[in-house]
Amino acid sequence: MTKPSFVYVTYIATTPEKVWRALVDTELTRQYWVGPNSECARVNVSDWKVGSRWEHQRVEEARTVDIVGKVVESVPPRRLVLTWARPKDAEDDSKHSRVSFDIEPQGDGVVRLTVTHADLERDPQMLAGISGGWPKVLSNLKTLLETGRVLPRSPSAT
Amino acid sequence: MDTDKVFKALADPTRRRLLDLLHRDNGQTLSALCEHMDMTRQGVTQHLQLLEEANLVTVVWQGREKLHYLNAVPLHEIYERWIGKFERSRLGALRDLKRKLEGDDDDKT
Repeated sequence: MTKPSFVYVTYIATTPEKVWRALVDTELTRQYWVGPNSECARVNVSDWKVGSRWEHQRVEEARTVDIVGKVVESVPPRRLVLTWARPKDAEDDSKHSRVSFDIEPQGDGVVRLTVTHADLERDPQMLAGISGGWPKVLSNLKTLLETGRVLPRSPSAT
Repeated sequence: MDTDKVFKALADPTRRRLLDLLHRDNGQTLSALCEHMDMTRQGVTQHLQLLEEANLVTVVWQGREKLHYLNAVPLHEIYERWIGKFERSRLGALRDLKRKLEGDDDDKT
C-alpha cells in the first residue's frame, strides 16, 4: 500500500453516533457537503452496506452523478471506507481511490474524525481537484453538528 | 478548535517552513523533513509536536514509518470566520495582481 495522499482531522463536540448519521443520512449530507441552498448542493446516496454502490449526486432534477464508488467497510459508528471514482471509471477498479472515515471518541463529549484519502495518484486530475475540498467539508460538518447551522456568516450577510 | 494554539503554532518561521514543506510534499518522515531544516533533529521534533498539538499536523503510522501530514482544517475554520463568501473573488483578484507585480510565489514566509 502506498502512503495516503491526504489525512484530515477535526475534533467535534458531539457523539460518534451523530457523526455516523451525518455521513450516511442523505438529507444531512446535503447540509454540509456544499451547502443546503446553494445551486451546487450535493448529497451522498447509498444503503451503506459493504459491497453496495454509493453516489455523490447533484441536487437537481437530473440528479447528475459526480463521484461513484463502492462501500468497502461499514462499521457504525466507528469506520466507513469507500472507493471513489469518476462515473466513467466506475467499472475500472484501477482508477479508484479510497476514502476512510474514522470516528474515535476522545472523552469529554469530543469526537475525533479522521478522513484519509489514499490511492489518489491513480487519477492525477482528481488529486488536483480534491485537495482543497476536504477541509471545507469537514469544517462545515463540525459547524453543523456543534451549532445546527452551516457556515457562520459575517453580520453583513443574511 | 483551540484558536490560540493555532496562532501560536503559526507565529514562528520554522514551523511555517515545516508546513510549507508538507504542503509541497505531504506525508513526510522526520528524517525527510530534517534534510531541509538547518537545526537539530530534536529541535524539529519539538516544532512538529507544537504543530500536532494545534492540529495543524497529523501523524499516520505506515509500517514502521511515522508520516506527517498537513491538516488544513483549522486553517479553513479561521478563513471561514473572517472571510465572507462575497469577498473571495475580489480577494482572489488582488492576490493574482500582487503575484503578477511582485513575481511572487506562495513559498515566502
